[in-house]
Amino acid sequence: MMFHPGILALLLGSALTTAMLCYCAFEGARIIRSWDIRSGSRLQLALERRTYLISMAMSYALGIELLSLFLFIYTADSLSPLFVGAMCAAGSLNVNDFGYPALVLKIVDFLLAGVWLIVNYTDNKASDYPLIKVKYGFLILITPFLVAETLVQSAYLLGLKPDIITSCCGTIFTTDANTVMSGLIGFPRALSEAALYISVGATLLLGTVFYLKGKGGYLFSISAMVSFPISILALITFISLYFYELPTHHCPFCILHPEYGYVGYPLYISLLAGAVSGMGAGAVMPFHKIKSLAGVLPRIQKRLALVSILSFAAFMLISGCGILFSHLSLAAY
Amino acid sequence: MIHLQNIHKVFNAGRPNEFAAIRGVNLTIDSLKATALKGPSGSGKTTLLSILGCMARPTSGRITLKEREITSLPERFLTDIRRKTFGFMFQQFHLIKGITAIENVMIPAYPDGEKHSVLKKRAIGLLDLLNLSHKASAKVEWLSGGEAQRIAIARALINDPDIIIADEPTAHLDTHLSGEFMEIMSRLKAQGKTLLIASHDPIVYLSDVIDRIVDMRDGMICPVDAP
Amino acid sequence: MSAIEKQRHIIDFMLSSLWRRKGKNLSLVVVYTFVIFLLASIMFFSHAIKKEAGLILKDAPEIMVQRLVAGRQSFIPDSYADAIRKIKGVQSVSPRLWGYYYDGQNGANYTLMANDDLRDWPGDILIGKGVTLRRATATDNTIIKKNDSIPFKTYDGAYLMLKVKGILPAASALVTSDLVLVSESDFRKIFSIATDHATDLVLQVGNGKELSTIAAKITQLYPDTRPILRTEILRTYDAVFDWRAGVIIVILSGAFFAFIILAWDKATGLSAEEKREIGILKAIGWETSDILLMKFWEGAALSLSAFLMGILAAYLHIFLTASALFAPVLKGWSVLYPDFRLTPFVSPYEIAILFFLTVIPYTVATIAPSWRSATIDPDSVMRT
Repeated sequence: MMFHPGILALLLGSALTTAMLCYCAFEGARIIRSWDIRSGSRLQLALERRTYLISMAMSYALGIELLSLFLFIYTADSLSPLFVGAMCAAGSLNVNDFGYPALVLKIVDFLLAGVWLIVNYTDNKASDYPLIKVKYGFLILITPFLVAETLVQSAYLLGLKPDIITSCCGTIFTTDANTVMSGLIGFPRALSEAALYISVGATLLLGTVFYLKGKGGYLFSISAMVSFPISILALITFISLYFYELPTHHCPFCILHPEYGYVGYPLYISLLAGAVSGMGAGAVMPFHKIKSLAGVLPRIQKRLALVSILSFAAFMLISGCGILFSHLSLAAY
Repeated sequence: MIHLQNIHKVFNAGRPNEFAAIRGVNLTIDSLKATALKGPSGSGKTTLLSILGCMARPTSGRITLKEREITSLPERFLTDIRRKTFGFMFQQFHLIKGITAIENVMIPAYPDGEKHSVLKKRAIGLLDLLNLSHKASAKVEWLSGGEAQRIAIARALINDPDIIIADEPTAHLDTHLSGEFMEIMSRLKAQGKTLLIASHDPIVYLSDVIDRIVDMRDGMICPVDAP
Repeated sequence: MSAIEKQRHIIDFMLSSLWRRKGKNLSLVVVYTFVIFLLASIMFFSHAIKKEAGLILKDAPEIMVQRLVAGRQSFIPDSYADAIRKIKGVQSVSPRLWGYYYDGQNGANYTLMANDDLRDWPGDILIGKGVTLRRATATDNTIIKKNDSIPFKTYDGAYLMLKVKGILPAASALVTSDLVLVSESDFRKIFSIATDHATDLVLQVGNGKELSTIAAKITQLYPDTRPILRTEILRTYDAVFDWRAGVIIVILSGAFFAFIILAWDKATGLSAEEKREIGILKAIGWETSDILLMKFWEGAALSLSAFLMGILAAYLHIFLTASALFAPVLKGWSVLYPDFRLTPFVSPYEIAILFFLTVIPYTVATIAPSWRSATIDPDSVMRT
């Protein structure tokens, strides 16, 4: 079991990312301790050079995180034939207690790393590295999450044994079982729809206001952050049904399959992009009073808001098309 | 234009081979003038040039460029300013081997992301001014000393900088070519460029082009003797 | 100022500088390509063979019932079939007659199977491709053709001559290579099995979800039987091929680490010429992040070319030359190996895994050396 190439790839990827991150956190601590932009000393110059290395490593780490998020789901999917009862990733992830937590941690880590990169980018645009200590403090805070993700993911992957009986998405994502999932699916459809329209609508509206007038940044950011889980909920409770053309198939992973045109990828990627850019815009809000950022910050936030708006709009568009062109009508349900 | 205030530059601070290249230099470079830096090797000329040209940060002291303090600017901003304000010529020319002359000329402008055709036109224009357009596609290894010198000048001019800095430009040139070089410098000065040349060659520092000579010794500027 | 133009310029310069040092870069690309080739070959092979097994087993019986006596397979009485037929959900039960026949002349094991179509043609057989090589030896190349006769030694020492009515198509070689189909009466002549016994029973079940319940009921009825589900077979094949592929990957990890060290070494060991070039770039106005960008594109160019070439080579290796290099390890040992061509099948998932196992470690290994070379002081060229 351990020797499945997908598992090896994931373990290697997360080992590399964790190693890089721990190093970055360690250097970050050094920078927080000794940084002094006004000094021309040898130490300061060395620290300035080092920030390039950390930026580079973090960018690669984020890239690897994103790829490994999808690789993780794909691996769980391809391992499903080995578990009795599993027909897609949903079943494989249920094989032991670490599967779903690993997935959740991977998503959270991707968002955190994305926000960090936005803060880093902003810091680099100002002429005196105003956010240097803030961003490395943030990095040190993120590190335990990434280490946790590696540990949980490894626990999941190494604890996989074939012959364990698990359930397929049909039974996990159903209203009958007594799980958290079923509670979510049992969510009244009308409520879930309403929540989606309200949250994404608010995000789009607040985002546009922020883009045009520069006001309401915090509200917009919070709205984007909240829209992310609500959209995923909406996907599970009703949007996916239209793509599957089955009123009972609630699985969030099967839409990534080729038979549904890989539509899951643009859907999830647009949500991730929308969430990261929205959260990033809010993350840099507290710093708009800093003089050196005064020129660049509004422009960066505007661009982030635009990305967020377009991403969420894309999500709604794709979902809308799926619903419109589906052969399913849920009116009776 | 450039104002240095109590600049110190120490290499390998805290180590056994600690060395103070610049010790307390106060200097103002006026725009539109040509300044020559004179002094024996080891006097700190080259280090001072690199500090003046925003290539290195001083260990202590303050620098202002065109009214803006740039002492603690991080590298990415400093480089941006340097690219747009200064053009450099080195003692060994330091052209990149294996590529053509015109490519060498265009390289300093690459990070600015100009359209390739626009950039190339400008480069050819510069080569024209220096009578070298027939050598545009030649590999730099095949150029003579004088031709390489002029390619180096063209490269220094590609970003249309205000200030030209040259470090021992005539060290590898014979008298005739050195004279030619100073003539090109005078043309540039007439065009409104500020010149900063470090040299111990009398053809340079005694030339009419030079408005002011700054003497350096042991990391400090020698006081100007009363005429 | 355009970001795209800037990338274009940097890529231009990067390509020309790679070309100027083609010796050093070529050796790296060769090793890189080779590592990818090895890994890709393993993955393509195991994936294709799993897929092949899945396709073939698609028509296999959903449940097979064997009878075990003292831990070994024994013959199953027809009466069992009658009782099992009555279990709810079972659509049909058919007894199967098959066994292994050892051909002393060339040391091969054939699978002999009674076939309903030959019931009215005693004396005729259908054979697989591997069996046609029966007489082929080092000196004699005669292969069996249609209408030839093959002698089969019966249980009581006599010889039964059976005529080859036809040869099974090569396309099914993976499962039929060593197969000999005979009529039921001939089978019982060769193996002396009572007429009311069979080798095993095959079941057809209507609802796939009930397989395990039916299997449980069978074991309850007849505790000396062992029902085998098709899904279990598939799972076992998957697991075995995955495991084998994984073991080879782990064994190759030595080569992989050597490659990473080589990559790191090449990246760190900048020649004086390279250092000088970077110094010049920094002196004339390139910033550290511009150099890092150039190094990134360098890695991308090297990785992309190695990746494409490695995958192409692996594809040709596995699907055109039938994995000449390590088929024996992955397939297992047998005298009668079928010469089959795997259907080319490559999925984006495998490409992603290959990427993770090769390009990502390479990139991570070159981060620190790239950074170190990019942070050369701009005034370093002036000080020489």
